[in-house]
Amino acid sequence: MKYLGKMLAAAASAAVLVGGIATAEQEKKPLKIGIPVFLSGAAAGPFGLPERKAAELVIDALNAGKVPAPYTKIGVNGRKIAPTFVDEAADAPTEYRALVEREKVEVVVGYTSSGKCKAIAPLAEELKAFTVFIDCGTPQIFEEIVTKPKFLFRTGPTATPDNVGAARYLVDSGIDLSRVAGINQNYAWGQDSWRDFSTSLAALGVKSKIVDKQFPKIFAGEYGAEVSSLLTSTPTVVHTSFWGGDLEAFVLQSAPRGLFARTRVVMTTGEALFPRLAKDIPEGAIVGARGPFSIFAPDTELARWFAKAYEEKYGESPTYPAWKMAQALFGVKAAYEAAGVDATPEEAAAALVGLEFEAPAGIVKMAIGNGHQAIQSIAYGVYKLGADGKPTVEKVRTYKAECVNPPNGMTSAKWIAAGFPGAKCK
Amino acid sequence: MLKTIAILLDGLNYSAWLFLVAVGLTLIYGVMRILNIAHGAFYAIGAYSCATALGLYYSAGLPEAGAFLVMALVAVVVGMLVGLAIERGVLRHLYGQDEVLMVLITYALFLILEDSVKLIWGVESYFAFKPYAYFGFIDVGGLPYQVYDLLMVGLAVVLGVGLWIWLTRTRTGRLMTAVVADREISAAMGVNVTFIFATTFAVGTALAVVGGVATAPKIAVTPGIGVEVIILAFAVVVIGGLGSIPGAAIGALFAGYARAASVHLAPEFELFAIYAVMALVLAIRPHGLFARTDGRKI
Amino acid sequence: MTIDFTKDWRNVALLAVLLAAAFFLPSWLRFLLQTALAGGLVALGVMIQMRAGLVSFGQGLYYCIGGYAVGLLAAKAGVAEATLVIAAAVISSVVIALILGPLLSRYREIFFAMLTLAVSMILYGLLVKAATLGSTDGFNVPPVTFFGFLPAQEARGDWTYVLTALLVVVACFLIARYLASGAGALLEAVAENELRLEYLGSSARQAVYIVYVIAAAVSGLGGALAAIATGHVDPEMANWTTSGGFVFVALLAGRGSAIAPVLGFFLLELVRTYALDIAPNAWQLILGAVMLAVILLLPDGLWSLVRRAPK
Repeated sequence: MKYLGKMLAAAASAAVLVGGIATAEQEKKPLKIGIPVFLSGAAAGPFGLPERKAAELVIDALNAGKVPAPYTKIGVNGRKIAPTFVDEAADAPTEYRALVEREKVEVVVGYTSSGKCKAIAPLAEELKAFTVFIDCGTPQIFEEIVTKPKFLFRTGPTATPDNVGAARYLVDSGIDLSRVAGINQNYAWGQDSWRDFSTSLAALGVKSKIVDKQFPKIFAGEYGAEVSSLLTSTPTVVHTSFWGGDLEAFVLQSAPRGLFARTRVVMTTGEALFPRLAKDIPEGAIVGARGPFSIFAPDTELARWFAKAYEEKYGESPTYPAWKMAQALFGVKAAYEAAGVDATPEEAAAALVGLEFEAPAGIVKMAIGNGHQAIQSIAYGVYKLGADGKPTVEKVRTYKAECVNPPNGMTSAKWIAAGFPGAKCK
Repeated sequence: MLKTIAILLDGLNYSAWLFLVAVGLTLIYGVMRILNIAHGAFYAIGAYSCATALGLYYSAGLPEAGAFLVMALVAVVVGMLVGLAIERGVLRHLYGQDEVLMVLITYALFLILEDSVKLIWGVESYFAFKPYAYFGFIDVGGLPYQVYDLLMVGLAVVLGVGLWIWLTRTRTGRLMTAVVADREISAAMGVNVTFIFATTFAVGTALAVVGGVATAPKIAVTPGIGVEVIILAFAVVVIGGLGSIPGAAIGALFAGYARAASVHLAPEFELFAIYAVMALVLAIRPHGLFARTDGRKI
Repeated sequence: MTIDFTKDWRNVALLAVLLAAAFFLPSWLRFLLQTALAGGLVALGVMIQMRAGLVSFGQGLYYCIGGYAVGLLAAKAGVAEATLVIAAAVISSVVIALILGPLLSRYREIFFAMLTLAVSMILYGLLVKAATLGSTDGFNVPPVTFFGFLPAQEARGDWTYVLTALLVVVACFLIARYLASGAGALLEAVAENELRLEYLGSSARQAVYIVYVIAAAVSGLGGALAAIATGHVDPEMANWTTSGGFVFVALLAGRGSAIAPVLGFFLLELVRTYALDIAPNAWQLILGAVMLAVILLLPDGLWSLVRRAPK
């Protein structure tokens, strides 16, 4: 991979010679981007693969100048992008150092796991390396770990809006919330999701009884007993933040036993089921996409281009991780181009602070975490299988970014507990 | 009341599953003295093969009931093939090595097989869920329960009893027991130890594959399912006593009911319910509930 | 196989020279070396137990205890003094080992492997359950101070490297002395024939207990140094796959010298970082194949090549 950059540069200079159009832009050295995503393990299928596909698609299209406005310029500032993919499942700090110091990448764009993000966050500041996290749910990154960031950014929203949005959706849709249950994976993501969801309900003034909270081991795969428990405790609503194979297994095991028929189930990452299990998601389930991605994306030229190009290239529609990867890459491009033609990584990082840029999922505002953390709207809807066999959602409600995210300088947990002060919902 | 029914059924169901994934491990250890870490990889291979075979079967538009025949075929054929290939290809050359070294060898095999699975099937999940829904559910005192899950209990019982009869009532089985007791004397008495070992390993592997095949319709078949299974299977056989088939059954029941009870009564303890039972049993009976005692070597 | 460890201090001296020279490596490589040294100490812990014929499939337990001891003190209790947190890590490992030792020293062979694994998995389960400690995500460890002095951000790498290198050399030296002593020599007797050892009037259980505690101490130190190097701890440190890696290194490197596992771990990490570049999907496959090859062709590990070389 190391030599790819040189090859691209060589190819570019060859093109210059052949075409005889030696413009200044084409001679620029390529922009090396390190992209750590899961290439192995259970997170590779649901996250690493769509992220990598999206990165390759967007980088190829940018290098060829085929992306619609506002990203029509070739590459980044006319510099071709040269990606280096590494496995996020490997020892993250070591591989991150190798990317920055050995491979000499200018920007690192990646990381999906909260654990990896937490380990990398202080390192990015220590090495002064322009780093953009694409996903990782935990709000701790800029709330606790790096409170005065300079080089570190996250262009994807935290997990807070998922669960605040889910609670608001249930309340606003008039769904019976008298008996609430949850099933979430027994690790930080699942525990935080459940805490945010249950405290949001309380903050919204809902008097509900928590009848069951299950925390099976992550990757357990077998949920017979948990489903029995959810059935016998007769909840009116079940909340889950399961993802990947666990979510798929949960749906396949609970739907035939009638869980979805007896109670409303809200799945914060439910959209990720669409490409593979469209026919088997019970209609009536409430699904989210961790932001305005995929089926909840706005109808813009960039969104249509991304969805169509992805489908044409890979034969399936992009799930939310793919949208988030694209979003991060466009954020990097927007930052470099806002900083000027010959921008250094430091200048690009400075330009990304507080920036608003367009992504396939609409306008992204780097509004909190002192301008380093993105906020976006969140949407939920009720699943319905379309007449053409394609997944659709109905009764969609969208909540503005400022409605489901804390204001700058306030932590998510405190914001929810205080009853969402400063939330702008209308 | 409903909760009691649920605990009884869930415990039984989970125990059956644990028995299916653990019994092959204990059989191989009992006869060959190999604590086979690659067991988890065999389970994964079973699940992936099942998903692939069922995918092909359904896309051919054949009747749904035939899927169960396909599953049985996959379990036997894949299990025997993989088992014989590993035994003849690798392990055969390593017999007589130290027991602990054999663990490391199977660990190496596990690493190789895990990546091979990934190279063959990729990282995306596979599904084979139609058989799970095929029989529908029945209502047990107000609790809907999948018939498939109850059939799995039946399968575990049939396999367990079948194995026991095979080991105690057939000639091959008795020869196996002889080999367990003393390999060298058995060989001297004319027992074909090579044949016994190959058979045991193939059967043990097939049992792991059966576990994977039977589980595949309930889960998303993804990378890493093998790792999860190893530790559970180890816990079960350690509780019951390494190498004992009734021990594996008892161990599965202990672990299965510990988990079911904790899910319903104290969900926060679910994660280490099984390890807690294991630690408790080991503290009281260090070598497991049904362990043989060894002579001391001088 | 009888190995004379009385001359092993020469190897340790060689290690010290190598580590001093390595100070001038490019920073990413030196960091790799630093984390490998920390892990290498745990592999060393596994190795000395292997000399008694015991394979610990749960040495990650002490790696994790050491790491979390440093993490808890530095991040939660506000004590970031390097000497204190490292001492605490080693002491807590030793205390736990002293408690578990009497139980574990009754077991041999496969039961020892299984039980060490079980204990380690219980800690893993507890930590995953502990939401206040970040569950599977773990938590970050703030930079440590040196007698109250906090080096500037740019210089922290240098300081922690020197600290790690010093402690690793000292640990290797002490282990080499232990292996050369009478207590160390007993280990081989335990592996060879325990009953004869008892007839000769020595206690096998005592020998095992001692080696278990020493292995815990050195592994706890490894965990502490890893936490200081990476600035992050998570429950994965106690998972059985991590322990499997230590066993792998101990086996690969061989039992011939106290420095073998330490160097072996660095070699492995070096291969890993490049292999991840070239064949990210076949990494474990390569690892497994190498492991099989070593078991079959070099039963005494890579170090046996060094020893075989003409003097």
